[in-house]
Amino acid sequence: MSLVEAKRLEKTYVSGEVQVQAIRGVDFTIAPGSFVSFVGPSGSGKSTLLNMIGCLDPPTGGTLSIADTDVSTLSRKEGARFRGEHIGFVFQDFNLIPVLTVYENIEYPLLMVQSWPQAERKKRISQVLAAVGMADQAQKYPGQISGGQKQRVAVARALITNPKLVLADEPTANLDRETANRIIALMKEMRDEFGTTFIFSTHDPKVVKNAETIFTLEDGALKQTDTGGIYA
Amino acid sequence: MRNIIKIAAKNLLRYKRRTLLTTALIALGVVSVLLFIAVSGSFKSLMIGQITDSVMGHVQIHRKGYVASIDSLPLNRNLNAKQMAKVEEILRAEPAVESFTLRLRLGAMFSNFTETTNIRLNAVVPEDEFRAMPLLASRLSEKKAGEELLVPGGVLIPALLAKGMQVTVGDTVVLVATNRDGSVNGKPFTVHGVLDGISGPGGRDGAIHLDDAKELLRISGVEISEIAVRLKDIDDLPAVTALLEQQLGGLTNKEGQPVFEVHTWEKLSPFYNIAKMIDLMTLFIKVMLVAIVLVSIMNVMIMAVYERIGEIGTIAAIGTTPGKILALFLAEGFLLAIVGTATGTVISLLAIAALNSAAITFNFGMQTGLLLQPAISVGQIAPILAMVIFISVLASLQPAWKAAKMDPIAALRHV
Repeated sequence: MSLVEAKRLEKTYVSGEVQVQAIRGVDFTIAPGSFVSFVGPSGSGKSTLLNMIGCLDPPTGGTLSIADTDVSTLSRKEGARFRGEHIGFVFQDFNLIPVLTVYENIEYPLLMVQSWPQAERKKRISQVLAAVGMADQAQKYPGQISGGQKQRVAVARALITNPKLVLADEPTANLDRETANRIIALMKEMRDEFGTTFIFSTHDPKVVKNAETIFTLEDGALKQTDTGGIYA
Repeated sequence: MRNIIKIAAKNLLRYKRRTLLTTALIALGVVSVLLFIAVSGSFKSLMIGQITDSVMGHVQIHRKGYVASIDSLPLNRNLNAKQMAKVEEILRAEPAVESFTLRLRLGAMFSNFTETTNIRLNAVVPEDEFRAMPLLASRLSEKKAGEELLVPGGVLIPALLAKGMQVTVGDTVVLVATNRDGSVNGKPFTVHGVLDGISGPGGRDGAIHLDDAKELLRISGVEISEIAVRLKDIDDLPAVTALLEQQLGGLTNKEGQPVFEVHTWEKLSPFYNIAKMIDLMTLFIKVMLVAIVLVSIMNVMIMAVYERIGEIGTIAAIGTTPGKILALFLAEGFLLAIVGTATGTVISLLAIAALNSAAITFNFGMQTGLLLQPAISVGQIAPILAMVIFISVLASLQPAWKAAKMDPIAALRHV
């Protein structure tokens, strides 16, 4: 059983008369609860692939199934709903909303995307805040906390709706070594605690060595698939 | 919806100075419009009140063709007893009519025994005239002490005539008039009062008792030039006018021509055009308000969207639907409008109260010391506020639409 399944997945960008094939017929499957990393040099198609898995960018060829749903044909609105339901995001720049507190940033998907009742919201936020170790910072604004803490909040926001899948694009790129290690450890703990699948796009060896499956991309094609933590 | 409003409010508060300036601009626009409506409305209703309550009434009824030749005050176009009775019957049956007064209008020669000039007179039944024209008494700048305002043998003369002919209250004057047959008759009168003039037709006419006019013109029966009608509520004017036109318009003479004509004060007074000009100016001020709101809100919202492209990408990526993103930005425009209009309304009401307590007076034509009493009703405020809010949401629509339609990937890449 797989959570993500790509068959002959393609993405071609057209700019005027120029066509750029960013992803060239990629096949892969990702099992639920995996800790997966896409690696490769810049321009290899990692971010494009992540965007397609995140239903932000539709494929131009092949099929992409997530949680038994063919997401390659979803409309923009359906894509937004699907993301809100099944996918969490962690960004390189944290992307917290500056006018909302830590608590409110984590609460945002429950309020604006899933409309949870207040009591359940409160309970769930407390649980996730405690899990990421930010319970005592709940009323602070993003501008009042460190980069590592911001990324903890971003992880909490990604996990708050209990998604099947969290996509993290270079999540440690803006963090120092020690903080990056803590964030990776945190995400692994979250995977163990909530059973969430984590998929990374990264250059960071610290992330790669913790991944259980590593897909190596080159010029939009899948060159290698490694499992079992070969970089560890 | 409450959550969208809450987040929109937080977004507005992140740029406090810009939000403050925009709401201040909207508030200033609202204050300008509401104050203009209140002050011009006070001026308008005061002037309309002066005209309708001291000389014209709200509606006038004449024999057909009288108004067209009113400058010559034609005695051969008066209403006879039968026609007058018909009009009286209709007016007494109409509940919207408060009172009416019968007038015989005539031109005469006015002599103070050393000089002679012309005078236009309204011959009236004083009780009816003062009841239908409640402000007429206030136009008397001088009056004979200890007597009724107008009794047989007395005349009220316009102030300009009194000054020009050097006549004062208590003086004896002679009025000489020509009747319908061309016969001339004269009669001495005592000046009982001096009437201040007001703008418009009849505003510089004198007044005598109807019985004296009959004697002067040697009229044996009943003849009336016009019937001035006062309504209980001026808002009933269109309905009552339509009713009178319907009931009197069907009455024809032997030639099949209509006997009566019905005119509202609006058709008879040139001040109506000034009132329309005031309404037009109010419209222009409203258009300016719309422009201020449209430009300021649109500018602020375009800036807001541009500055938050990355944030829009984030909320879209985590699953916020385009509809909710649209609602979020529309809510910001809506909140700006609510705060701006609320502030503007409060300032306007305080300013109106201050103007009233300052008791400002002004002059208009011959009238002096008219008290400005600005007032504004909920019925006048509500459409302005609704318009500002609607325009604000409309002005936010384009930037909000742009935000909602933004490609999340491009938005996330935006620096």
